[in-house]
Amino acid sequence: MQPVYTKGEVLKNIKVSKGIYKLSIKGDYNANMGQFYMIKAWDEEPILPRPLSVHDVDKDSIHFLYEVKGKGTERLRDLNKGDIIELTGPLGNGFDRLKIKGRVAVVSGGIGIAPMLYAAKTLKDLEVDFYAGFRDEIYVTCDIKQYVKNVYISTDSGTYGHKGYVTDCLSESLRVGGKKYDTVLCCGPEIMMKKVVDICETNEIPVYVSLESSMACGLGACLVCTCTTNKGKKRVCKDGPVFLGEDVVFNA
Amino acid sequence: MWYLMLDVDVCGVRLKNPVIAASGTFGFGEEYNQIFDVSRLGGIATKGLTLNVKEGNDGQRIYETRGGILNSVGLQNPGIEKFIGEELPKIRKLNTVIIANLGGETVDEYIKGAERLNDTDVDIIELNISCPNVKSGGMAFGIKSKDAYFVVSRVRKVCKKPLIVKLSPNAEDIVDMAIKCAEAGADGISLVNTFKAMAVDIKKRRPIFDNITAGLSGPCIKPIALRMVYEVAGAVDIPVIGIGGITCAEDAIEFIMAGASCIEVGTANFTKPNICLNIIDGMEDFMNKENIKSIEEIKGIIRRK
Repeated sequence: MQPVYTKGEVLKNIKVSKGIYKLSIKGDYNANMGQFYMIKAWDEEPILPRPLSVHDVDKDSIHFLYEVKGKGTERLRDLNKGDIIELTGPLGNGFDRLKIKGRVAVVSGGIGIAPMLYAAKTLKDLEVDFYAGFRDEIYVTCDIKQYVKNVYISTDSGTYGHKGYVTDCLSESLRVGGKKYDTVLCCGPEIMMKKVVDICETNEIPVYVSLESSMACGLGACLVCTCTTNKGKKRVCKDGPVFLGEDVVFNA
Repeated sequence: MWYLMLDVDVCGVRLKNPVIAASGTFGFGEEYNQIFDVSRLGGIATKGLTLNVKEGNDGQRIYETRGGILNSVGLQNPGIEKFIGEELPKIRKLNTVIIANLGGETVDEYIKGAERLNDTDVDIIELNISCPNVKSGGMAFGIKSKDAYFVVSRVRKVCKKPLIVKLSPNAEDIVDMAIKCAEAGADGISLVNTFKAMAVDIKKRRPIFDNITAGLSGPCIKPIALRMVYEVAGAVDIPVIGIGGITCAEDAIEFIMAGASCIEVGTANFTKPNICLNIIDGMEDFMNKENIKSIEEIKGIIRRK
């Protein structure tokens, strides 16, 4: 799928949880799970567009889930129906459908759930268990239920589901629950992804992680978003954002 | 007929228009060619090349500031051999002028790099003595005029291509530096590279970048870059390429009127991937409206009055 630079009209921009918003753009978009768009909804400041992973694609719209973190996402939060934004995409190597088989565990932490709704939807013909961790409030899990077999939820605060980390739930399923997975997909904070990669290594399960990075061009040209892997420095935007977990050298 | 007005001659090479994608922001052109027809550009300055492969810097590499960005990439590149073998054949097909940006850590490395590029079909070499993000070399040659003179004169001896020297705004005396580069045999001068700058993470109480300093670019540097281009263009007889915070046709025209033969667009490529086309079209519109027949007609015009 060749990326394009285009303009899109905001259909909706709704708050789904504290600091978490869902932006819907009108149009016929085509993207693979785990790919992203560079999005800009302002003229001058901030200088750079923001990379947002594809949350969902419908026949006549594309959706992005984002957490308000800084100046760029604050500007996104202020968008209203009818506003025009600029998008470049779809970009990057997402989750490779051909490499995912059998029983699948999808593991997300916080806003790392953003690409995973579309992943679950794409994989709906497989047997998928979804593990979602949050700080306090939960979001998106209701939308995901329809595509997966089981949903396991954890919150740091204990407000909902298991009190603690989502990695505890995954470990528990594998160790006590006797669950066996053929593939694991993961997106979340680095420390959590590192834990998931460790768990998968112990259990000899291939795991694909989707990394996050500040970006400038988003196309693979400027080299500001590199991550360290066992095979040298790689571009998160072009070589990723999805990498085989065992290849990634985490900073956390 | 737009090309008749916009084409320019730079060091004996004909550019279809004066807009060049700046080194480090455009890779080897291929990535952007997915988004727009890069054959419309006057030229592409490649990612900075070194004799051997370079992994670049660790840690965070990009940071936004008001009106600009700081980067600390550290000349990550595949090395000249791989560039020639894998990238050049592809970039050559893009049907625009190819400017190979050549970096180095030692004079010897610059010389070997230039020699290696002699046998290729790159159109121009842009000698990068101005990267602030590598510890040894790079900008080390771009601070004192005598150091620049030394490396440029040595490279000139072996280089068969038109040789442009890309200057650092961090030079002790940018005008003297340009004069010395011209004396050393440079065919052209491009300026400016990024300004040495920094940022602090106040929560972590440490610098944002592992190298502490990084290179500042973007609209915030434009007025200073413009002043430097004006001064340098007034001091040397060789073509000057204006670089620094250009985001629109009006900016580009300012640099031309200050004495630049053509311009490079860097950071603005990130704000809108096809912004170079807007700049080219906007320059043409301006020239039509102002009844300007050629770039040459307005080049350095502010000095003539």
